[in-house]
Amino acid sequence: MEYEVVVGMEIHAELLTKTKIFCSCPTKFGDPENTHTCPICLGMPGVLPVLNKSVVKYAVRAGLALNCKIANFSKMDRKNYFYPDLPKAYQTSQYDRPLCLGGTVNINVNGKTKPIGITRIHIEEDAGKLLHESSDGTLVDVNRCGVPLIEIVSEPDIRGPEEARIFAEKVRNTLEYTGVSDCKMEEGSIRFDVNVSVREKGSKELGTRTEMKNLNSFRALERAIKYESKRQIIELKKGHSIVQETRKWDDVKGISSAMRSKEDAQDYRYFPEPDLVPIVISDDEIKKAKDQLPEMPEAKKERYMAEYNLPEYDANLITSTKETARFFESTVNLCNHPKQVANWLMVDIPAHLKEKDLTMDTIPFSPEDLAELINLIQDGTISGKIAKSVMEKMFDEEGSPKEIVEKHNWAQMQDTGELKSIIEKIVQDNPKSVSDIAAGNKKAYGFLTGQVMKATKGKANPQLANKIIREVVSKKIDE
Amino acid sequence: MSINNLTIHETKEALKEGKFSTEELVDSYIDHIEKIDPKVDAFLLKCLDRAKDQAKKIDSEKQNDTCSLSGIPYALKDNICTKGIKTTAASKMLYNFIPPYNADVYERLNSMNSIMLGKVNMDEFAMGSSTENSAFKVTKNPWDLSTVPGGSSGGSAVAVASDMAAFALGTDTGGSIRQPASLCGVVGLKPTYGLVSRFGLIAFASSLDQIGTFAKDVEDTAIILNAIAGHDPKDSTSLDLPKKDYTDQLKNGTKELTIGILKNYKAEGVQEEVQTAMDDAIAAYKSMGAKVVEVDFRYFKQALAAYYIIACAEASSNLARYDGVRYGFRAKDYTDYIDMYYKTRSEGFGSEVKRRIMLGTYALSSGYYDAYYKKAMQVRTVIINEYKKIFDQCDVLLTPTSATTAFKIGEKMNDPLQMYMSDTFTVPINIAGIPAISIPAELDHKGLPIGLQIVGPVLGEEKILQAAWALEKHFDFRKNQPNL
Repeated sequence: MEYEVVVGMEIHAELLTKTKIFCSCPTKFGDPENTHTCPICLGMPGVLPVLNKSVVKYAVRAGLALNCKIANFSKMDRKNYFYPDLPKAYQTSQYDRPLCLGGTVNINVNGKTKPIGITRIHIEEDAGKLLHESSDGTLVDVNRCGVPLIEIVSEPDIRGPEEARIFAEKVRNTLEYTGVSDCKMEEGSIRFDVNVSVREKGSKELGTRTEMKNLNSFRALERAIKYESKRQIIELKKGHSIVQETRKWDDVKGISSAMRSKEDAQDYRYFPEPDLVPIVISDDEIKKAKDQLPEMPEAKKERYMAEYNLPEYDANLITSTKETARFFESTVNLCNHPKQVANWLMVDIPAHLKEKDLTMDTIPFSPEDLAELINLIQDGTISGKIAKSVMEKMFDEEGSPKEIVEKHNWAQMQDTGELKSIIEKIVQDNPKSVSDIAAGNKKAYGFLTGQVMKATKGKANPQLANKIIREVVSKKIDE
Repeated sequence: MSINNLTIHETKEALKEGKFSTEELVDSYIDHIEKIDPKVDAFLLKCLDRAKDQAKKIDSEKQNDTCSLSGIPYALKDNICTKGIKTTAASKMLYNFIPPYNADVYERLNSMNSIMLGKVNMDEFAMGSSTENSAFKVTKNPWDLSTVPGGSSGGSAVAVASDMAAFALGTDTGGSIRQPASLCGVVGLKPTYGLVSRFGLIAFASSLDQIGTFAKDVEDTAIILNAIAGHDPKDSTSLDLPKKDYTDQLKNGTKELTIGILKNYKAEGVQEEVQTAMDDAIAAYKSMGAKVVEVDFRYFKQALAAYYIIACAEASSNLARYDGVRYGFRAKDYTDYIDMYYKTRSEGFGSEVKRRIMLGTYALSSGYYDAYYKKAMQVRTVIINEYKKIFDQCDVLLTPTSATTAFKIGEKMNDPLQMYMSDTFTVPINIAGIPAISIPAELDHKGLPIGLQIVGPVLGEEKILQAAWALEKHFDFRKNQPNL
């Protein structure tokens, strides 16, 4: 029997607001424990939350980017549960009236476009962190309490681990593109929960699902779904039924294990948050937010193909991250050679970034520098080969391309007289090549060019060298 | 008449005329507190040295005539947060809690140079109608020390009734200002929900809680309301309205007013002498030229049921934060964090608080939400509409505040339902979020005060103060004084 793997996802992403969702504490990551706290995010007696307007703005932007409908009326609710990292003992979230509803994300699977439904997006606050220290027992760090989150809930439209990864990547790119979240996996600013079930291929019924929470890399996501769906298929083949439960994914061992069954599931006793007023957004405000939305990757890709004549493959790669696209456009504005700019951004630059452990955010030179490098090739100052060495030095931060070329004396020989005397000497020294050419063997030109490049350490302008070689050789033959 | 028997407006007049200094005024209160409080047990924390220093400063800087409340000594219910001063909500759970922030109302009174004499007793987390649920002490009614002062703001009512403070602030979730004001013979106002900021008020039921006033007369009430009402950006439910002077229309009389009387109020177990006071009040209004009409309110029973569901549901969530992790009481000897929660909450909360947390938790539980919480919210809408209809027919509504005068200490402690019933006339007001004032009318045959409640529509404070001021003139209740 053939099985189909069905996946639904919940993606939590921290929003890039400067301050927390209900107080004015900063949201900055990585500072010493409990330095971003106040009576409000500490849940002290008698304090009240005030909703940060930017949170709504960012969440609306995310909703629009994921093609959701923005609710004119939504409200906050309390999700009640006890845990030491949750100071109020309830998380202020949204229950039955979320901010965004019914979106779609188009993903690309094996060259085909597939729509994945977005059920809803709601806003909520993050909890703190428990630090288990052997000497002091367990301590709480409240810095993250009240950092704003959006939870994006997908329909169970995802089939298998690879689609799940592609979907997650697409959502991450969209959130990054719109500036809604920095989506830094290593800082936990984007986390994935997955619901996995399997069913007989062709069946319309959904199988019993299990949930795995807080997967924090694409690799973990893909592996967890792969493992869990296999486990479920094996269980079913044994004639066992699947237990609806929450399972823990152990990324080191590469296995999932039962954590909490449905019967043990908590009753969150949701009810409307009486300390906050409903969120009311007019159609005008939604339209304004829509107009302010940045160009999304797909639209950008189409534009690059039309405007810059880039092949689809190139356009896809260049628009895959916001920073690369931005670098591309800035560079093309300075030197009108889009295909060459794209080549650099697809091949050499990623290789150097990887080697130096940098990103497009931390690249050590500017679009002006890249434009200058390309212009140096175009005006014949350096060869394409030398340009690769210049790029290397640019990553070593030796200066602008012009400075590097000057410093290393890498400019091509533009002096026709000097080049001509070198070529005359080489032609003189290689009579066989001349006679080969005279006999009709044009390949010997290549050999001579090679010799010239060798003698000039690559600095000869190849076109110019070729022209002079032909002149000198034909003169020789005529003699 | 002693200094500390004066109203705020009388005190201000005397200060202005130089009859006594602020320091002398505060000294008089301090002496009186030291003499009287041991009998009535209203104060949980006295801030007398601090008050004295503040009085001296006001005298030396001649600040006492800068505004209506400068130099006026008052008491604060102990669920209103005061920076650097212990705030316990009369609970063992917060027995050592010192807030690092001020409630908005306290901030406002500080900026007016009012003098806080101390924090006063209440039912634990404002849950109760007798102040017997305090974890620390039982406050007595100054009119008869064997009876309760009402609650939950019993300490505030007693402080004003026994002249230990010129005024007091309390909080009212289902009658917690009006009922003790009634039982202690003082004026108590619960403003419209949202008129006074709740920031820094230790929450019981967020959608019902409202800070209000205890005063010796209606004019003082208007003066205090002027000071504490106003928009607070720290409270999202705070109303953003232009500032009003509530003393403006106070003395306009009742000729233009239509007073509503409930057809069926006597059915709610109203003591005969309370009915007599109602009849007196009706006759007085008629003689003052007001129009009196009968109106219908059909939902006392439903309002009480809805109230206890909504209030307990919100409380179960609001009080969940007292877990022993960050502040306040933490049980000793626990095995893990779950055990720490169990023990801390079992030992830290009193039985009435636990009862309400359990009721609320149940009402919100999956499978019961629709039958209880959701239904209660629907009842709430029905009640709001019922009052809208009533206020189409009249300007203000006159009812008893409490069906009976003060009951004996211990009398209702083992019968929570009986205790809950003592809120019949006050609870629907909080459900609807509208304002109401209780003023003392007469004494019953036991010498205990009878209070009457005047209710207004949303933001109808001016109207109810106006109606109350006229009725106060008629009853002249202040000729009576408790014998301490």
